[in-house]
Amino acid sequence: MNGQQLTIAMPKGRIFDEAVELLRNAGFDLPPEFDDSRKLIIDVEEENFRFILAKPMDVATYVEHGVADLGIAGKDVLLEEERDVYELLDLKISGCYLAVAGLPDTKMNDVAPKIATKYPNIAAAYFREQGEQVEIIKLNGSIELAPLIGLADRIVDIVSTGRTLKENGLVEYETITTVTSRLIVNPVSYRIKDERISELIKRLNDVI
Amino acid sequence: MSRLFMFEKPLGMRDTLPELYEAKDRVRSAIEKEMKQWGFRFIETPALEYYETVGSASAILDQQLFKLLDQQGHTLVLRPDMTAPIARLAASKLFKDEVPLRLAYSANVYRAQQREGGRPAEFEQIGVECIGDDSVSADGEMIALAISALKKAGLQQFQLSVGHVGFVKELFVQILGTEDRARELTKFLYEKNYVGYREHVKSLPLSSIDSQRLLAFLELRGGPEVIGKASELVENGKGKDALDELKQLWDVIDDFGESGKIKFDLTIVSHMSYYTGILFEVYAGMVGFPIGNGGRYDQLLEKFGKSTGATGFAIRIDRLLESLSSLGQPAPVTCILFSTERRKEAFQLAAERREDGEQVVLQDISAVRNLDACSNAYSDVVFLVGKEGAR
Repeated sequence: MNGQQLTIAMPKGRIFDEAVELLRNAGFDLPPEFDDSRKLIIDVEEENFRFILAKPMDVATYVEHGVADLGIAGKDVLLEEERDVYELLDLKISGCYLAVAGLPDTKMNDVAPKIATKYPNIAAAYFREQGEQVEIIKLNGSIELAPLIGLADRIVDIVSTGRTLKENGLVEYETITTVTSRLIVNPVSYRIKDERISELIKRLNDVI
Repeated sequence: MSRLFMFEKPLGMRDTLPELYEAKDRVRSAIEKEMKQWGFRFIETPALEYYETVGSASAILDQQLFKLLDQQGHTLVLRPDMTAPIARLAASKLFKDEVPLRLAYSANVYRAQQREGGRPAEFEQIGVECIGDDSVSADGEMIALAISALKKAGLQQFQLSVGHVGFVKELFVQILGTEDRARELTKFLYEKNYVGYREHVKSLPLSSIDSQRLLAFLELRGGPEVIGKASELVENGKGKDALDELKQLWDVIDDFGESGKIKFDLTIVSHMSYYTGILFEVYAGMVGFPIGNGGRYDQLLEKFGKSTGATGFAIRIDRLLESLSSLGQPAPVTCILFSTERRKEAFQLAAERREDGEQVVLQDISAVRNLDACSNAYSDVVFLVGKEGAR
């Protein structure tokens, strides 16, 4: 047992496998059933870790409220949610970027341009910085539909390979920012469990 | 907007039921007693202040202020903290003859929630301000009092992290050349974005030694040895002075016998922009947010027309309660159930027991519909019903 237990919020889905691999590379002994378990809470006694498996968008929320000490979250989530957490390490996994896309050779509506997105805060901030007032339409998935059926002029979404956009006949107009996964830490845990967290950071830093 | 149900309260507003009220009361009394014994005198200030004065001096984000208008059209705010109102009061009235002033308060403050629950918009802070004393002894007194008060409240495991905003500012200005550039970098600290901080440092046209100094800054956390490490990063001048203050502070806290409770963390910068020197945060296990914070604010009083140093701290009662493992036992309450025939006897018995310090409820039995439930609600029940002597 290593001192105080650390609770780590892991994002389910796309990022999960890469995050687990990274932890294993850093020498953490995670059991094999870790990969295909349906449990939401997994205790790893050998390392004195507790993992909670959360929706990627919610990881920063668990960490902010302190029910998880650490978490692995995409930069997209951190930008969108603006949670009060420490962003300590760029894990350089699950690389992708946020982009503005739409139908080819189209202009945005002059009067009330509409933007469909899963990221209303990021989209609003981006267009405001461009000096443009837009109307944001929040969607929860399959964002590419919106310009195809006339719901919006543009979309703001995560792009990793660009295949989905291409297959739906959409083109990228601008890149907003690149996105990788980050190690985030609750401010109180960062101080109270500083020794364990510093050790974890050191080990991760060596394998990034 | 949807129609409100009659049971609804505004976002972030909470009721306090008897159990919680009593627990709060016990914690508050313990802390108040300690503060009074250290010679701090309690005061109250109004819940409403002018937006232009206290509102703008308070350093709480504008969107977090509850605002309303008075009949003359002035914008008012519900006080978002107590430090600014006390600075107003001290500068305009209380601080005379340059005698250091020790004031205390326990009051509700108001900060609007922007998007979701889970955090109260109204919460109680108990704290002190020491005005007109710019010695490190005063900073040490704040920390020692905070530790002592928390212990008296029953909190066992907690830690204070101490930083110095003057050091951060000076180090950044020395390396980056201008206050603007220093502010830009400090913003990453406010946002707790160390990844962004490192990227920003690497993007600047700095010598590799200077880049290293800025990157090493993030590691300045730990015991008194941190001061030595920090002093290698900063040139002579105000930065070194700040470190001297921290070193003195350590000795002051050590003389109080409490240096085991504090750690240095020079990366702490507060969203309270009025802090000018030593500042600290209090952390306890089991609660994800700091339970208290404090520090030196040497320029705030100047905004209210009096230039003098000041330092203080505040503890959040709600978070402190969350971090206490037990809320303590509620005092036992006896219920005397009486009928009209023995009413006078019941009143006398109640008066006697109350005189002895017991809590006694008098309940006319004719109004009780469910006797079992009524009996179960109290730790002890005495029946004074029927004829004298019968039971």
